[in-house]
Amino acid sequence: MIAVVDYGVGNLFSLLSSLRFIGAEAEVTSSPAVLARADGIILPGVGAFADARAKLAASGAERAIRDEVEKGKPFLGICLGMQMLFERSYEYGTHEGLGFIPGEVVPFSLPAGMKVPHMGWNGLHILRPCPLLAHTSEGEYVYYVHSYHATGCAGYAAAVSDYGIPVTGVVARGNVYGTQFHPEKSGETGLNILRAFKEITEGRL
Amino acid sequence: MLAKRVIPCLDVKDGRVVKGKNFLGLRDIADPVALARFYNSAGADELVFYDITASHEGRKLFAETLTAVASQVFIPLTVGGGINDVSDFDRVLKCGADKVSVNSGAIADPSLIGRAAKKYGDQCVVLSIDAKRAGGHYEVYAKGGRVPTGIDAVEWAKRGEREGAGEIVLNSIDTDGVRKGFDIDMLRAVCDAVSIPVIASGGAGCTEDFITLFREVEGVDAGLAAGIFHSGEVDIRDLKRALSAAGVPVRI
Repeated sequence: MIAVVDYGVGNLFSLLSSLRFIGAEAEVTSSPAVLARADGIILPGVGAFADARAKLAASGAERAIRDEVEKGKPFLGICLGMQMLFERSYEYGTHEGLGFIPGEVVPFSLPAGMKVPHMGWNGLHILRPCPLLAHTSEGEYVYYVHSYHATGCAGYAAAVSDYGIPVTGVVARGNVYGTQFHPEKSGETGLNILRAFKEITEGRL
Repeated sequence: MLAKRVIPCLDVKDGRVVKGKNFLGLRDIADPVALARFYNSAGADELVFYDITASHEGRKLFAETLTAVASQVFIPLTVGGGINDVSDFDRVLKCGADKVSVNSGAIADPSLIGRAAKKYGDQCVVLSIDAKRAGGHYEVYAKGGRVPTGIDAVEWAKRGEREGAGEIVLNSIDTDGVRKGFDIDMLRAVCDAVSIPVIASGGAGCTEDFITLFREVEGVDAGLAAGIFHSGEVDIRDLKRALSAAGVPVRI
């Protein structure tokens, strides 16, 4: 069973539908007991970093998440959920992240004419082998919607997309994974990334 | 680089797609779920659903339809039609929509754009504009292109961006249904005036029209059409291959 962390941020309809679609059992929860018996945990998230961070802290799930990640349970952060994996974010102030992966989240500083948010389909350039990308090939497109991006995490970036600058698309450190894009909105490519995560939680990847 | 998007638009009435014609082996061409799945597998980058019913019963059916589509098709879904208040955003977002397009509702009360953007994020709010040539400028029409408003389309697009819209769909009333190509002049005027993504709508008759659109209007992000896709005259996969061959970056 994959636990999807419910902390009052964003709409989980598409994520849950896509997990069901690939045959994964998913449970929406903030309960430490459920997180403890899950085979893997997904941290979704849309909206502002500080608000999401405060809600996660208030949900009672954070301590359990830290414990489970420490024990080696597969963990996947999506979009803002990925951004929260890092040490800090500079979105409207400076905010501490979960610190699972070295790096920080900064506003885009883009060449002239590039629009913010980075919204739409962009190709993945795979930097190194990563279990989460077991079923994904170089150049496949994924769907992004974000105005801040992760930097200083070069050693952990598994794939980037070109948007005038290299945008961190996939990060991985041990059992912790993150995607800046939305796999639940990235067509078959996105479903294959969720399939890979499911297989990781089953010990098959 | 971001891919240029190709977007089929489905008008839905009482749970059925209107305008669906003979369609590539689909047994039920008016079934929104079957059509959405077909377009997804054919390489559509996004789907737009317009609810063209007005009754309460129609709204309920639309919600059920949308939920069924969103449970099986995992690409961005935009929903329009009958969006007059923030509660309407809530109603369709709960069913799995990712973006909501406002048109007459925003003309009646422009603050709707900002209120929705604040609650759901700019990326969620699409301003749909129906406009028609009027002398030297373009005039915005309300109520499905029936009621002239006296508002200038370029100014309205800029206002929409300021209010917090994340994207604009620009429908040309002059070229809509004519199938002689998109309204390049109007699209240029709006794309030059705003920095949010612009989706071109109205006038696509063939593959060449999309190539012309992306070549002639540098700032345009997507092309939307209904009839030529529903009728099978233009296959999205073939269209995207042609665009790619013409040097337009697309997701294949």
